[in-house]
Amino acid sequence: MIFFDNVSKIYNSHSVALRDVTLRIEPKEFVSIVGTSGAGKTTLLRLLLREEEPTSGRILLDGFDITDVRRRDLHRIRRRIGTVFQDYKLLPMKTAYENVAFAMEVAGRAPEEIAEDVPQAIQLVGLTGKENNFPHQLSGGEKQRIAIARALINRPDVLLADEPSGNLDPVNTAEIVKLLLKVNGLGTTVLLATHDSKVINDLGRRVITFDAGRIVSDEEHGTYMPDVGEEKI
Amino acid sequence: MALTTLKRVLSAGYVSFRRNAWLSLATIMVMALALFVIGNLIFLGAFANTVLAQLESRIDVSIYFQPNASERDIFSVKHDLESHADVADVAYTSRDAALAAFRDRHKDNQLITGALAELGDNPLEASINVKAKDSSRFAAISSFLEQKNYSIVDKINFSENERVVERLGSILTAVRASGAVLALVLAVIAMLVAFNTLRLVIYTMREEIGIMRLVGGTGWFIRGPFLVSGALYGFFAALVTTVIFFPLTWYASPKLAFLVPEFNLFSYFLLHLVEFSLIMFTFGITLGILSSFIAVRRYLHV
Repeated sequence: MIFFDNVSKIYNSHSVALRDVTLRIEPKEFVSIVGTSGAGKTTLLRLLLREEEPTSGRILLDGFDITDVRRRDLHRIRRRIGTVFQDYKLLPMKTAYENVAFAMEVAGRAPEEIAEDVPQAIQLVGLTGKENNFPHQLSGGEKQRIAIARALINRPDVLLADEPSGNLDPVNTAEIVKLLLKVNGLGTTVLLATHDSKVINDLGRRVITFDAGRIVSDEEHGTYMPDVGEEKI
Repeated sequence: MALTTLKRVLSAGYVSFRRNAWLSLATIMVMALALFVIGNLIFLGAFANTVLAQLESRIDVSIYFQPNASERDIFSVKHDLESHADVADVAYTSRDAALAAFRDRHKDNQLITGALAELGDNPLEASINVKAKDSSRFAAISSFLEQKNYSIVDKINFSENERVVERLGSILTAVRASGAVLALVLAVIAMLVAFNTLRLVIYTMREEIGIMRLVGGTGWFIRGPFLVSGALYGFFAALVTTVIFFPLTWYASPKLAFLVPEFNLFSYFLLHLVEFSLIMFTFGITLGILSSFIAVRRYLHV
């Protein structure tokens, strides 16, 4: 379970990323976080990864306050959370296989386990045969699928996806969303931050809408209708 | 577990070193340049020491004796000097030997040989040539001789040369001190250049460090491969430098010997090859590891 307890993130009086956010996410939920750019979606995910620290409030992961974790123990949180980024964040000098295996290596898993799990994960994301390609030899969709394989490999409790389809065409976007649903079906909590209304409306899952750092709606089977003003832009 | 981690760190460091081949090569070259400067400073130090020692050994004091002084008295003076703590060497030249040397030196000069023949008698005095252990000790030897006040001594040329000897002594001291400072400054600059190059290498990899952190890597697991790469840069830089010095010293040796015949650079290099390469490898590898360690630390704060 993830619990944001009255969390604010304030850079300065002109720049408030999150204001008094209280939010509970149950295990195995699939939650979409939506809102315009700057609404606070990414900040929410960054706080959960402890890439940043909240100005006030507590963030609990299975009843355990992650704002208390010391910097040198951060890896303990991060190994329980898989992350997928808009810009993929693959290691450029490692092959697809090595990128996925790396997440297992840092977690101290045995070589036999790595040799068994990595091909399975690559098969799950449909990239068997491209194990030895470097990221620059993969398309955007393929890179993102490798990133998802990496995020899943340690069987995390939570998968964070920050605009995973932001750089992808509709076909690849649909593939990625299908993968995320598959992952959720295997029992992983998924938090998907996006401003792609089509993705949200096709999903028909819980949707939390942010605006200017506050939660403005939280619906069990939500939709997302961006302001007409934003559509024009 | 620990062994598996060590194996992973070592192999990741090696793989990164190999895959970034051009970057590795460039870094090795810059580090080799830094080590090359340090190596040259070592040779320069050895060369300067030989030159200074040669100069110093050319400073001496001659004591001339009355023509009628007996060899027995002269040898007792020589014995006194030999037992003096500051004296390095004492050489006796008899009147006959002095004349023979003089004749030999001027054998082509008709005027001088003619004048000598006319004189008939040997006009030269017997002398003792004294070398000090250190150029600054001549004053002590001189005062020792003054105190003894040997009656057979005709003159001591130290009092004439005193100022020259003293000035040369202070120049030698200054050259040694400023040479050491200069060497230190150059060595520090060379190390800073190498350090900054490694910092740039790691700067280009700062995003990867952040990613590794986000994927759940611990500080040491991420840092380790960079330290391994750093050590490899240092190792190869030291290897390149040591190898380069073989043809270089061989080539430069005769040219330096022309200036200072007592100094043979190539044989000095071969004689001290073990110490020299030990310095190069220690410097290179330590510099590589330490620079990487400091540079990675900045980007680990994610």
